[in-house]
Amino acid sequence: MVDVFDIYDKMERNNILLSFKGEITSDLLTSILQIMENKMDNMQEEPKIKKKVYNVLVECLQNLYHHLDEMSEDELDRSKSAIFMIGKESGRYSIFTGNYILNENIIPLKARLDEVNSLNKEELKEYYKKVLNNGEMSLKGGGGLGMIDIARKTGEKIGYNFLEIDNKVSFFTLNIKITNN
Amino acid sequence: MDKYAIEGTPKTPSISFDLNAGILEIKGRSIPENSIEFYKPLVDSLDKYSSAAKPATTVNVQLEYFNTSSSKCILDVFKKLESIHKGGSAVTINWHYEEDDEDMLEAGEDYQAIINVPFKMVMVAE
Repeated sequence: MVDVFDIYDKMERNNILLSFKGEITSDLLTSILQIMENKMDNMQEEPKIKKKVYNVLVECLQNLYHHLDEMSEDELDRSKSAIFMIGKESGRYSIFTGNYILNENIIPLKARLDEVNSLNKEELKEYYKKVLNNGEMSLKGGGGLGMIDIARKTGEKIGYNFLEIDNKVSFFTLNIKITNN
Repeated sequence: MDKYAIEGTPKTPSISFDLNAGILEIKGRSIPENSIEFYKPLVDSLDKYSSAAKPATTVNVQLEYFNTSSSKCILDVFKKLESIHKGGSAVTINWHYEEDDEDMLEAGEDYQAIINVPFKMVMVAE
């Protein structure tokens, strides 16, 4: 049997406000955003941090959404499922996401994350403008701006990990921190 | 000439483009998953407007949130406005941001740095 208390206890200890596991749909995304907005209103969160959290949430969730879209042609059913969590501890928000990715996509993704993490505030601003204006448009429209935007808005390094599951896929996790600075 | 107008939704802004008056307003949230599809009609009406633009064109942008997927589309809209400006209509982009929203102010400054059209940064009290 599933140890529900164990899951509850782990979430409680990590101060998780909201979590979801499953397929990320457009409607779900709308609901999660609305729930988090209400929660932050109820907690009387400062508008400044509320906006940052909201913005970063949108980028993280839409990453998951588009990514699942890309993976759907793959025969693996499990690849459609993702996990999302948001926690708050002593005024600091943490967003965690996890999803399967094809092993062949790890190297370019890791390179992009490392590049973003290596840049300071000014460099991120320049990099953002360069990518914004490079004329490239991915099908979803973002064209690689998401991570740069997250790094700019949070002013923190993006935490990530790739856990190899088998010779085909790995589980990719992101950890984004948002503080009021 | 006519008017292009759409209502806002939780994920998309309201847009009002009065082609006779030369006034374009974009207000609200722009966080759709597919922003290209959303912005296409506006880009098309700007194309239509460019052939008979008014002597002056005023653009008011007042966004609460926008995602990176929208940011390239907004740039496309501004690039159309840039060519309308070059074509002889005096375009002004009024970029609104809330008092404490430095990120939105910076976003406006990013566009200002790329687009060759006069921008005005307009602070809105909360």
